[in-house]
Amino acid sequence: MSDPIPGITRNDVAHLARLARIDLTDAELDHLAPQLAVIVESVTKVSEVADADVPPTSHPLPLINVFRADEVTPSLTADQALSGAPAVEQQRFSVPRILGEEQ
Amino acid sequence: MLTPLPTYEDALARFEPVIGLEVHVELGTASKMFCGCATKFGAEPNTQVCPTCLGLPGSLPVLNGAAVESAIRIGLALGCSIADWCRFARKNYFYPDMPKNFQTSQYDEPIAFDGSVDVAVPSAESGGELVRVGIERAHMEEDTGKSLHVGGATGRIHGASHSLVDYNRAGIPLIEIVTTPVIGAGARAPEVARAYVGQLRELLLALGVSDVRMEQGSLRCDANVSIRPRSSAVLGTRTETKNVNSLRSIERAVRHEIRRQAGVLLAGGTVVQETRHWHEDTGVTTSGRVKSDAEDYRYFPEPDLVPVAPEREWVDRLRGTLPEPPHVRRGRLQQEWGCSENEMRDIVGAGALGLVELTVAAGASPQAARKWWLTELARRAKEDGLGLAELPVTPAQVAGVQALVDVGRVNDTLARQILDGVLAGEGEPEEVVAARGLEVVSDDAALGDAVDRAITANPDVVDKIRAGKVAAAGALIGAVMKEMRGQADAGRVRELVLARLS
Ligand SMILES: [Zn+2]
Repeated sequence: MSDPIPGITRNDVAHLARLARIDLTDAELDHLAPQLAVIVESVTKVSEVADADVPPTSHPLPLINVFRADEVTPSLTADQALSGAPAVEQQRFSVPRILGEEQ
Repeated sequence: MLTPLPTYEDALARFEPVIGLEVHVELGTASKMFCGCATKFGAEPNTQVCPTCLGLPGSLPVLNGAAVESAIRIGLALGCSIADWCRFARKNYFYPDMPKNFQTSQYDEPIAFDGSVDVAVPSAESGGELVRVGIERAHMEEDTGKSLHVGGATGRIHGASHSLVDYNRAGIPLIEIVTTPVIGAGARAPEVARAYVGQLRELLLALGVSDVRMEQGSLRCDANVSIRPRSSAVLGTRTETKNVNSLRSIERAVRHEIRRQAGVLLAGGTVVQETRHWHEDTGVTTSGRVKSDAEDYRYFPEPDLVPVAPEREWVDRLRGTLPEPPHVRRGRLQQEWGCSENEMRDIVGAGALGLVELTVAAGASPQAARKWWLTELARRAKEDGLGLAELPVTPAQVAGVQALVDVGRVNDTLARQILDGVLAGEGEPEEVVAARGLEVVSDDAALGDAVDRAITANPDVVDKIRAGKVAAAGALIGAVMKEMRGQADAGRVRELVLARLS
């Protein structure tokens, strides 16, 4: 998880687009892949400054163990919760059928 | 499949099964993992949700300390090491059961890892054996929402036109417990799987961290199964059978999957790595989702939650709160009670271990306590459709009835009538005895008169006894007991009969 990204290929972009459900044409892939590679390359320059003794950082603040007590606080009402939903049925969020990824 | 499945025996003759189990446990915390929403089962849809568990912009998660404590206790009870430092990660995917488009989970830094449990696997021939099951990890995550698929005939997503989602369950603390591959169980692999989950369930119950109700989904099991030719050292391709939700189903699903995979290989095919669905009604699994490169969850550390680094003093204190492990308790009680393995299995199987233990603690002998719970009370529970523990009689009352038997104030027949009274809400055993007049007649004069009448009325029996056929005394004893309407001590009656005829 902490390995630096070595560079971005056209295949990487195609794979990520598929995972993100973005339909990219061949022309768009040809156009985007080099651009993303430049961005990643620029950001990778940071690792030239950091020495081997600097561990990769996922969190900028030196905090650990921030817990809350196991206490119930008021929830939204169903009406509030559903107020932003494009479609509602049986007091539930109505969503298009999506195959294949039920957890 | 058109070709018939090989028998289980044939499958086992050619292949060795390897199993692995993933169990998800919903913790019994009052509030969710990262927000203060309630976790009550069966609430109206979308009434236990807030901006955090709905993934609304600007909301931030804060970790429930009680859930971390439960996770650590579960890890310790499974013999795991507890991480000095670990983080949460985002598991990214698009299925709408998580409104955030990711599930917050632990990935390569689980809070607990490298444990094992010794699972007691019952066996008819050898009286059971212990099988060590390795625990790879136990990690924290959050449960997902519940989808209702509309428009299809079966409630499954195939054929449905759209889905309706209730997010009450989204964000409920979940612990996923993953075993290492169980190799070498052979034909008993399905029983090991069942026994492991059963024992895990007992353990979680004893820890008090979950209500572990499989039928409500607070304990869910996925079973990984692969088989390999007996001569091979390489593991076969595995399938993952999802959400098998009873102990009996786990055994059946693993057994079926071994036969199915053997059938595929024997027909010259290859096992596909995929998830499979278990069908309780037909007893088979069917193909679900094939593993593919689409299953790339792009895990990365959750920036909104700081690392968890449990202090060693905290972990040690939690270690001190662990209950006696179920198999240790069972072994200790077996020794204390002098029971056989079969007797113990009957007690555990009837769910009577705790009840018998309390009855013994209240003064009854282990034999008597076991007898009452496993015969008379088991029968009554069955008649009333109740669990033993739900019967309206306490272990102390059962011990009280037995105490009356032990001092000779009542016999077994009367004791059963006393229990009837207690179950009917007539009060404590002594009150039932007084109200129903159930005490045995120990007045020798009254008994003596009854014996004399029985002797006079049965001259032929008397002749037989005088001729040395002592067994014939049973007829006279029966006559006396009948006259006393059962309220006599049969042993004392026998003494009186034989004394008069000697
Ligand atoms: Zn919430």
